[in-house]
Amino acid sequence: MHSSGLSPSRPKSAAPRRRSRLLRRLHEQRYLLGMSLPFVALVFVFNYVPIWGWLMAFQRYRPGRPFWEQQWVGLKNFTDLFQDETFYLALKNTLGMSLLGLLLGFTLPIIFALLLNELRAGLFKRTVQTVSYLPHFVSWVVVAGLVYRMLSTDGGPINQLITTFGGQPVQFMARSEYFWGVVVLSDLWKEIGWNTIIYLAVMTAIEPALYEAARVDGAGRWQLMRHVTLPGISRVVIILFVLSIGHLTAIGFEKQLLLSNAVVKDSALVLDLYALQNGIGMNKFSFGTAIGVVNSLVGLALLFGANAFFRRKTGDSII
Amino acid sequence: MTHLPPSRRARLSTFDVVNSLLMVTVLIVTLYPFLNVLAVALNDSQDTVRGGITIYPRQPTLENFRAIFAYGNIPQAFLISVARTVIGTALSLGACAMVAYVLSRRDFLGRGLLSRFLAITLYVSGGLIPGFLLIRDLHLMNSFWVYILPTLINAFNIFMIRSYMDELPVELQESARIDGANDLVIFLRIVLPLCTPVLATVALFIAVGQWNSWFDTYLYNSGNPQLSTLQFELMKILQSTQSGADAMRSDQLRTQQITPDSIKMAITVITIIPILLVYPFLQRYFVAGMTLGAVKG
Repeated sequence: MHSSGLSPSRPKSAAPRRRSRLLRRLHEQRYLLGMSLPFVALVFVFNYVPIWGWLMAFQRYRPGRPFWEQQWVGLKNFTDLFQDETFYLALKNTLGMSLLGLLLGFTLPIIFALLLNELRAGLFKRTVQTVSYLPHFVSWVVVAGLVYRMLSTDGGPINQLITTFGGQPVQFMARSEYFWGVVVLSDLWKEIGWNTIIYLAVMTAIEPALYEAARVDGAGRWQLMRHVTLPGISRVVIILFVLSIGHLTAIGFEKQLLLSNAVVKDSALVLDLYALQNGIGMNKFSFGTAIGVVNSLVGLALLFGANAFFRRKTGDSII
Repeated sequence: MTHLPPSRRARLSTFDVVNSLLMVTVLIVTLYPFLNVLAVALNDSQDTVRGGITIYPRQPTLENFRAIFAYGNIPQAFLISVARTVIGTALSLGACAMVAYVLSRRDFLGRGLLSRFLAITLYVSGGLIPGFLLIRDLHLMNSFWVYILPTLINAFNIFMIRSYMDELPVELQESARIDGANDLVIFLRIVLPLCTPVLATVALFIAVGQWNSWFDTYLYNSGNPQLSTLQFELMKILQSTQSGADAMRSDQLRTQQITPDSIKMAITVITIIPILLVYPFLQRYFVAGMTLGAVKG
């Protein structure tokens, strides 16, 4: 296959010679092949075989029989899904929490990075950074526990603050209308520090001469930030923005599952949770897979849409 | 004055003051929950009920910790968590480094193919249900290996290690080859020792992922208490007390006079401490590592 067409003048002798050279190289690289092939097999099994499982969305999957003996039902799972009111609730919750998360989770790390960058390098700056990364490393189980404790009406500090200033205690975790906010803010608390790493890295790469020149022209601290630092990181900001639009529907279910309770479950139902409940909770494997497929397709559409938009604006493609 | 950088350093403007105050606020908001949990975990359970614990224990005691190590299968879960973290990190780091080395070899035949084969997994995944059915069909349910095998190979980690290896001087490998070393020996003796910084970063990521993981226990091993993990036990306790069905009000604890709140906080502390111990020391590595990953795309 490698040799065909490359040397049309002498096809008979060239092909075997090339093949033997290939075999010799394979023999030479037997260690490299041995070091990678087992892992290729592993990736194939754990990452590629489940993609094949998408076909299940077009079947009426019944456990216990082989894949090819399942009954094909066309788009029935999808039509069922689009007629299910719960699907629209899950879609609304997913997009609602994602958009809210994007609004805060995208802008605030940039602002935080700008402000951190203005601190003179030293113990204080290092302390703030080290502490701000900390929540990224603890699990959502722990964070959910902390959130419950901080927002508790039974001596939680937030409610203590509220009552100190003369307000009434608020049952944050038992009010549906607060659930999105609780998820988004706890996510922000967990990841804001971590998300500044990349911006801070890009800021250190900005040419110091640019700052000097701007300062000579009489720019103050705010002007330096607005006209030198911000443009310096703008490319990375745009890339990350487009990528996070692609991830809008992929917010997962971990925080929603851990932070929700019986009272607020209608505000917590996101697409992945909906798939989990149907697919594994109720053994509706095909229906659950269909939810996953729709979720991924909406995500891809958003990603390509955002990319097309930015290509038109900047003439630059990100993916 | 504006021309001289040193003058900037000499004066504190309003901006600096406001900014510093903001940063102190961030410090407090981030640290307070952790310190509060620690204080409650170290405080006498009956005294905690009176309320008002902030960031230091009022009646210090280690009783809560003694109680949880006598409670249910917490000790077993702790051991499983340690085991999956140690074994999982060692195996996954070794595997990812090996594949990264193969990818870093410019003369490797399947280089482009392997690279693309791995990159695709970053963007496409089968999703929850097909993944679940796969694990079930492979009979990995109710087994320790479900913690190790599915995440053994991680394309992001491989690419991170690879881009570090790409920067190493080729001459070292060439001279080793002239001395008769084969590829495996070159990898183990020459390349791996030079990659310590990036390996430390990736090891931290893998270890934190393993230590923090609870969903695989929930999905695959929840019927087998022998294989339960600390995070899963913590999750069960938190969820049961939040929904009102107070599972912690067992006789065992009542006789010990420990309240569910103190138990929760003590377990939380145990799950946080290992991370607290390692991450500040590895910080400079992972910051550099993330930067590298970001620049490469």
